[in-house]
Amino acid sequence: MAQIRVENLRKSFDQFTAVEGSNFTIDDGTFFAMLGPSGCGKTTTLRMIAGLELPTEGKILLDGKDVTFDRASARDIAFVFQLFALYPHMNVAGNIGFPLKCQGMGRREIRQRVEETARLLRIEHLLSSKTSKLSGGDRQRVALGRAMVRRPKAFLMDEPLGALDAEFRHLMCGELRDLHDRIGATTIYVTHDQLEAMSMADQIAVMNKGRVEQISSPQEIYDRPASMFVADFIGSPPMNFLRFEGGLHCGDRAISFHDTDIIVPEIREDRASAPLVLGVRPEHIRFTDAAPVRGEVFGAEYLGTTQIVTVDTAHGRVAARLPSAMPVRVGETVGLEFHSERLALFDAGSGLAIRTANGGGVRHG
Amino acid sequence: MADVILRNISKRFGAIEAVRELSLAVNDGDFLVLLGPSGAGKTTTLRLITGLEQPDSGSVMINGRDVTLDPPGSRDIAFVFQQYSLYPHLTVYDNLAFPLRSPARRVPEPVIRKRVEQTAELLHIASKLNNRATRLSGGEMQRVAIGRALVRDPSIYLMDEPLSSLDAKLRAELRLELKRIQLELGATVLYVTHDQVEAMTMATRIGVIRDGRLLQIGTPREIYENPTDSYVASRLGTPQINLLPARVLSEIALPAGTETVGVRTEHLQLAARNGGPLVGRVHRVEHLGEQNHVHLDYKGQMLVTLADPREALQAGQEIELHLMHPLYFDGAGQRIPAATH
Repeated sequence: MAQIRVENLRKSFDQFTAVEGSNFTIDDGTFFAMLGPSGCGKTTTLRMIAGLELPTEGKILLDGKDVTFDRASARDIAFVFQLFALYPHMNVAGNIGFPLKCQGMGRREIRQRVEETARLLRIEHLLSSKTSKLSGGDRQRVALGRAMVRRPKAFLMDEPLGALDAEFRHLMCGELRDLHDRIGATTIYVTHDQLEAMSMADQIAVMNKGRVEQISSPQEIYDRPASMFVADFIGSPPMNFLRFEGGLHCGDRAISFHDTDIIVPEIREDRASAPLVLGVRPEHIRFTDAAPVRGEVFGAEYLGTTQIVTVDTAHGRVAARLPSAMPVRVGETVGLEFHSERLALFDAGSGLAIRTANGGGVRHG
Repeated sequence: MADVILRNISKRFGAIEAVRELSLAVNDGDFLVLLGPSGAGKTTTLRLITGLEQPDSGSVMINGRDVTLDPPGSRDIAFVFQQYSLYPHLTVYDNLAFPLRSPARRVPEPVIRKRVEQTAELLHIASKLNNRATRLSGGEMQRVAIGRALVRDPSIYLMDEPLSSLDAKLRAELRLELKRIQLELGATVLYVTHDQVEAMTMATRIGVIRDGRLLQIGTPREIYENPTDSYVASRLGTPQINLLPARVLSEIALPAGTETVGVRTEHLQLAARNGGPLVGRVHRVEHLGEQNHVHLDYKGQMLVTLADPREALQAGQEIELHLMHPLYFDGAGQRIPAATH
């Protein structure tokens, strides 16, 4: 098992910089998700760690050993692509044992390792089945088994669940995390799906345009996003952004938002008057007749337990998550009250969070 | 606008019964969503209404007129497909005008202009009318595709997963837009999807379909709160409803014939151990931001419930379970009414 460390890692392709100066350490046994939109540099970073791509600058350390220029095969890392690529002419045991056979390992030892792997994945009963007869989930387990059987120091996974439909994907997330808890191998998991990252990871690195915007636990990233990009990328519907202009003083407990005062977590930095953004998560909004921020209900989306009510205000469209039992009429005027302690503030120019009692001012990467 | 009625429609392709004895009424102004997995018969049902397929038995009525044997062109229907197929060499304007310029329709050009401009306004693409169709984002292209159906004034709009090729954010935006447009026009829509969120958020009524059969039809709230069978119960709601075999619940009184007990995640409540009959163990706490999903092991059954992110729960902890509003199902999955309390 292994610690993975990345120092000043940079990669350019001609004019284009795919990854700019990443720094992070993934502790032994961590499930680490790299999350971001396509083109953010997450796959390139993963491929450099795997040895499939050489960095333009920087270092990669595996358990303290510099492996930056080692070949992929010398790194003792298993790379899992889309989990469905199996050899159709071999049975399950043949598929799982294949990497060991390539290494020239003896038959008895292969059998032992394959059985042990199958036990971990709970697919012992399938070892002599044809892969073409398997369900989607079992095919994935077999593909995973093929990566595990070598007992690598770390697993690198690139959107392994991307091809599955949403409900099954969430089920597999639970299974992958359970598996991780059983074998405890350091895992780097690349995805553009925030739900997958939130569901499985111990730590999430949110990437944007080749940079790591924030590295934290899922709950921390959700509660205290370091930037508007992170706040927008995590959460569904995402955080609402309400723009205003104003100055801030250390120790302030309210902001002047378009001539009304809104209570916010205590401000921890001074700011000259500038365009700012108030960030409000949908579940931190309530309808109150007396609230000064008002708008007209545009739509209500029933979701079973809750409903998402969209309100058009003078400051943009706002989504609120409310109990589904609450009656809401399209077109009615409502007042929006915010859960003060959970509000976030951002600099509209840089998009970075402003330091308050509720966080902000955290930077990584 | 008008209504569409299907009476006992069946359609077989070789050995496969795609649609079985399906009866359905789409009322004027309805936004009816057929929800089901792939292969359930959703798309076949749409194609039977358009006339692209002929039923083996049963009839299709549009506006009180039997159209079962009419060719597609005479049925007064507009169809929106999953893949927006625009004419790449034409502008947005010409793409929208295309259906009206059909020689069979002979719509005068000033009328076309008016319809196209109104439609573009409705879809918020008025500023893009002179763009080439290929110079648009995915969401804009899909709006144009929907717009091409809207410029006509058909009896019914049939939509086959029109949002499924878009990314999540755009899909959420267009869901709201589509619902707004339907309300504004008072349009009658039959929409098929496998996405329960689309069904719940847009439909006036949902029809749950499986293996060519219509299992239940009702408002989203009726279907969610009052499913008639365990499949329907499991089709709506994220995370899925917990379905427990009756044998693990011998500690509590169940109606006669109960084989499965369904408890929605929000109705499975947790409490510190205090002598209650149902005790489970926390398996894993999943932090999803606005709420936690708590995975529990109860007598070897995996259950999921919701909890506040600030609630301190540890893996391995023993905890008492309380089932609120349980739903009872018999061996065939049919709902058994709860005994009156």
